[in-house]
Amino acid sequence: MSDRPRVEAQNLTASYHGKPAIREVSLSFQANQVHALIGPSGCGKSTFLRTINRMHELTPGATVEGSVLVDGKDIYTSGINPMHLRRHVGMVFQKPTPFPTMSIFDNVAAGLKILPRSERPLAEVVEEALRGAALWDEVKDRLNKSALSLSGGQQQRLCIARTLAPGPTVILLDEPTSALDPTATQRIEELLYKLKSKYTIVIVTHNMQQAARLSDTTSFFYLGELIEHADTKSLFTTPQKERTEAYVTGKFG
Amino acid sequence: MINSRRVRRWTSNLMVGVVGLTVLIGILPLFLILGTLVVKGAGSLNLAFFLETPAPVGETGGGVAHAIVGTLLIVAVACLMGLPIGLAAGIHAAEFPGTRLSRATRFLADVMNGTPSIVVGVFAWTWVVARQGHFSGLAGSVALALLMIPMVMRTTEELILLVPNALREAALALGYSRWRTSLTIVARTALPGLVTGSLLAVARIAGETAPLLFTALGSQFMRTDVTQPMSALPLAVFAYATGPYEEWHRLAWASALVLILLVLFLSLLTRLATRSRFGSHE
Repeated sequence: MSDRPRVEAQNLTASYHGKPAIREVSLSFQANQVHALIGPSGCGKSTFLRTINRMHELTPGATVEGSVLVDGKDIYTSGINPMHLRRHVGMVFQKPTPFPTMSIFDNVAAGLKILPRSERPLAEVVEEALRGAALWDEVKDRLNKSALSLSGGQQQRLCIARTLAPGPTVILLDEPTSALDPTATQRIEELLYKLKSKYTIVIVTHNMQQAARLSDTTSFFYLGELIEHADTKSLFTTPQKERTEAYVTGKFG
Repeated sequence: MINSRRVRRWTSNLMVGVVGLTVLIGILPLFLILGTLVVKGAGSLNLAFFLETPAPVGETGGGVAHAIVGTLLIVAVACLMGLPIGLAAGIHAAEFPGTRLSRATRFLADVMNGTPSIVVGVFAWTWVVARQGHFSGLAGSVALALLMIPMVMRTTEELILLVPNALREAALALGYSRWRTSLTIVARTALPGLVTGSLLAVARIAGETAPLLFTALGSQFMRTDVTQPMSALPLAVFAYATGPYEEWHRLAWASALVLILLVLFLSLLTRLATRSRFGSHE
C-alpha cells in the first residue's frame, strides 16, 4: 500500500532513569512530507525525534517502551541493528558538527566509507550529496580545504550533505537553524522544502513561523504528551485543543 | 576623591611589584640551573663528546656516545610498551566513564602517579632483573614504561573528554559503531593534544635516574643490545659526578647539559605539535 506511513510511533514511552520524557505517543508521518514537532522547552519533542533513529538509547539510563515502525518494520525488535537503521534514518543536529580534522570532501564521504563499496565512484556520490544540499557551487573549488573554513550556514548544509550521502529515506533535524542567522536559516528552509520530494523530513523547531512556513503536518507536544497532531494549516488556524491554541497564539511557552 | 585614586594607584603598583618579584623568584632556579650547566658543561662539548665512548681513566677526552645511545634505546623501548597501553586506557576511561573498569583504571593510575620512581625501579628489578639473572636496558625500559603509563593515561583521558559530545553523536548518527567513533573521530580530533601529552611524558621519563640505577645499571661500553646492562645519560651524570676524578666531573656537567638539551628539544617538538593544530585549519 502506497499510503502506509513511512514512520509510525505506537504507544511510545521514552524515559531517562525511569522518568518518562514522553508518554504514550502515537503518531505517524507520511512519506515525502515535512513534519514539524513544536512545543516549549522540555516538552519531549527532541526525545521523540531521537527515538526514531535509536539515538535516544545512547544516553545513559535511557529506555523505550512501545514501538516505532519505519516502513512497516518495528525498529525496536532484536533483529534490527541500530547502526544499519541510522544509515536509513539520517540526523542533523542543532549546532553544525563538521568533523574538524577532515576536508569538506571527506566530511561528506564519512558515512560512505563505512558502507560496503558501491560501484559508483565516491567522488560522484559526494558531488550528488553536495548538490542535494545546495552547497556544491560554493565548495566545488575547495573540496580539500578544512570543513571549518566554511561559514556556519555552509557548515550546516555540509552536515545535511553528509547525512544525504549514504542515501537515507528519512531525515531527522533537531532545531537545525537555531544557531544560524536569518539568511542562512532561509537557505536551509528552501533546501528542506526541495528535499521533501525525495525524503521524509521530521524537524524539531522552536520557531513557530518556521513550522508554519515549512511543514505539511505539525505535532504539538506539551509536558511529554502529544497534545495535537494535524495538517499544519489547520493546527495553526483552527486548533482543536485549548493548550495548542494558547501556544500557537503565543500565550505561553 | 583624588586622594583615594592616588592610594589605589599606589596599591596597584605595589601589588604588581610583589607579583613580579615572586615570578622572578620562581623562575630564578631555572636560570641558575641552566646557567651553571652552560658555564660548567658547554666548554667540554665537542664532536668527540657525542661520538666517542669514555676514555680510560687518566686520559683526557672521550665522550658519552654510549649513554646517549643508551638513553635513546631505553626510552624508545619504554615508549613501545607504555604509549599503546597508556593511550588505550585513557581513551577507554574517557569514552566509558561510568563503568567499573574505567573507575578502577583511573584510581590505579592516580596511585601509580604518586608512587616514588625508585619503588617502580624495585618492582622492575624483581620482575625482570631477578628473573633474567642480570641487569639490562630492557629492565630499565619496563620501569620507565610503568612510570609513563599513568601519566599518558590521565592526559589522554582529559584530552578525549575535551572533544565535544556533538561530534560523537554526529558520527553515531551516520551509522558509526562505538569503537570506530572513538578511534576515527574522537581520538583523531584530539590527536595533536595526545601527541603533546605523550611527548611530555617522554621528556619526563628521559630524565629519570632512580629507577635505572638497579635495572639498566650503567656501562662504560657502547651497547645496543637491550637485554644487556647499558648506560643512560642520567646514569652517566650520576657515575661521573660521584667519581673521584676531575676529568669525570667535567664529563658529568657536560652530560647533564646534554640531558637538559634533549628534554628541551622534546618540549620544543611538543610546542610544534600543538601549533600545527591551528595551522591545519586554513
